[in-house]
Amino acid sequence: MSGGVEIPVRVSRVEQATATVKRFSLEAVSGEPLPLYSAGSHVVVTMAAPDRKIKNPYSLIDRAPDGSTYRIGVLRTRDSRGGSAFMHERVEVGTELSITMPVNLFPIVRTGRKHILVAGGIGVTPIYAMAEELRRQNLPFELHYAMRDAASGAFADELVARHGDKVRLYRDDAQEIIAVDRILWRQPLGTHLYVCGPEGMIDAILAGGREAGWPDENLHSERFMAHVSGEPFSVRLAKAGVTTEVRPDQSLLEAIEEAGVDAPYLCRGGACGQCETAVLEADGELMHHDHFLTEEEHASGKKIMTCVSRLKGRELVLDL
Amino acid sequence: MTIQFKKETFRDDFTFSNSPEAIRRFPFPFDKDQYMYAVNIEQHMPGPEKSPYEFPIDIDEHYVAEMEDRALVLKQDPLRCQSLPHMITAEWDLVELLMESMAKNYPEHFQLTRDGDRWHWVNQPLGIDQRFTFGDTATLPCPPMEYITRQCQGDFNLLDQRHDNLWMDAGIVTTQADWSLDFDIGMNFMEWHAPVPIAHDLGVFDRALKFLLNLQQGRPVRRLNWTMTINPRLDTSPENYHKWGIDRTTVTPENVGNKVHLRVELQALWRLPRSNAIVFSIRAYLIKMEELVTIPKWARRFHRVLRDLPPELADYKGLTRYRETTVDWLSKYDDGAPTSPGFFPD
Repeated sequence: MSGGVEIPVRVSRVEQATATVKRFSLEAVSGEPLPLYSAGSHVVVTMAAPDRKIKNPYSLIDRAPDGSTYRIGVLRTRDSRGGSAFMHERVEVGTELSITMPVNLFPIVRTGRKHILVAGGIGVTPIYAMAEELRRQNLPFELHYAMRDAASGAFADELVARHGDKVRLYRDDAQEIIAVDRILWRQPLGTHLYVCGPEGMIDAILAGGREAGWPDENLHSERFMAHVSGEPFSVRLAKAGVTTEVRPDQSLLEAIEEAGVDAPYLCRGGACGQCETAVLEADGELMHHDHFLTEEEHASGKKIMTCVSRLKGRELVLDL
Repeated sequence: MTIQFKKETFRDDFTFSNSPEAIRRFPFPFDKDQYMYAVNIEQHMPGPEKSPYEFPIDIDEHYVAEMEDRALVLKQDPLRCQSLPHMITAEWDLVELLMESMAKNYPEHFQLTRDGDRWHWVNQPLGIDQRFTFGDTATLPCPPMEYITRQCQGDFNLLDQRHDNLWMDAGIVTTQADWSLDFDIGMNFMEWHAPVPIAHDLGVFDRALKFLLNLQQGRPVRRLNWTMTINPRLDTSPENYHKWGIDRTTVTPENVGNKVHLRVELQALWRLPRSNAIVFSIRAYLIKMEELVTIPKWARRFHRVLRDLPPELADYKGLTRYRETTVDWLSKYDDGAPTSPGFFPD
């Protein structure tokens, strides 16, 4: 099973939220309401670039009450393989894209007594949706949002307007940092923490949580990997009888798709496990970048997550 | 297409039976002449016309009688329907799923009108006409999951997803094959499957759980499971074991055809939109041996499956006491001819 249901959408609005973040409103080409979803969900957006199809996951910020639009936020990144640059440079009002049904790999734990939301930079997009859902259900929460400077807080004003003093803002340029030990201090039992942001920030917040004695079950994070580029290598798909090259600027999964083979995937971010594929032979070293397989599975060399991982070497043979 | 609902019972005088049409559409679960556990999950896509897979929710000639039986079970034992407080969003998701599906596919029996949050539901077979506010429990005569599942065939469980596991945190279970919601509520996927033999060693549950954690909205899945039941009793619960356990000792060569039933569960799973929970529905279909053997392919095949079933599976399914008697009876309908591939009658 691969991506599943695809929904053709059209861009109905583009906002330049900050110097580096654009927000896009998407409406269904059919005019039908877009599906409901739970906070923390993302969709995979397919962009038709002239030479290839680019697929990137983006968290859903919100859905218009009548279902007419979704909003996503896209940061222009320097190391982009083309997706964010394409969204920033080529996508305008009227552009047609395709999205998957919403998938939630970062859900609110409904048994939680209180919820602490922590966002850094563009990581605010799923956090924005979670705050909105918690507000709607009248559940206790607080939100901590770190940004480079006042001008780069893409959602700061909207968040403060909606949630008032539940929101605490931190600016890097004013040396304001999220003091995780202070936040976690004296939270009620059954509190859950959710963090989305740059890799280093997530690691620091989670480490702080563990140091404060919090159980792993109460600490949640969403990471989407961006750095899947690397050296080129060749991949042979044993069942399909196809051999193809994986270019430096594309993922293994994208190369498989380009070769016309329908391989399984869901999150395209190394988190969900759907694209787990058996490795038959590897002439080189497997570079695992996923968060799904265990260390032992990585070491075994028998499995690979095609969406983010690749080979440093000559040829990889997969059971596809 | 108007369904003629039968008047029949699943207890006491056991007047349940299948019409010839119901026999032909029975979800026979064996596509080969032997059976072993597998992760036999497939997309819950519309199947052949008139089959139980034609629509997402199957309503058949037993609908009214099954709903009457459910009401009797709930009256005697309200704990068959339970929901933990954090499942209320999933309950409303279920109301939407079932009402939409029933109204769309059986418009001559069920009608749903939506005006924003103001909904109007008409269930003609059960004589129900209800206006309510979607999301406002106070506008229904009972909580939303109980309300709609008292009007829909099959048991329903709502599974919360957290910590990379599924938790049975709500459900209504009155037509079960010897398991208890009251016992399992709050358990996770691995806990509630713990008693199943062999399958753990095959890694079936690890793989099934990984698969289900990724279940997508708009892509429901289904599988068939089976056991056998003596007398057409829907409520074979542990709570009532004292009432039905003894039935297993009453099978004789003379009464096999009428007393012994193949019980097939059509299990379906949907990802719910608002709650991210999963609905796990278990719809039980019963067929008497004398009804089953009217389909020659099924008679031959079921004889072979039952005869060659591994003993630990027969024990787990509770068949051991009457298996031999039933196999002997079925052998009269098996001439040894080869059977065609697939589930459906020739």
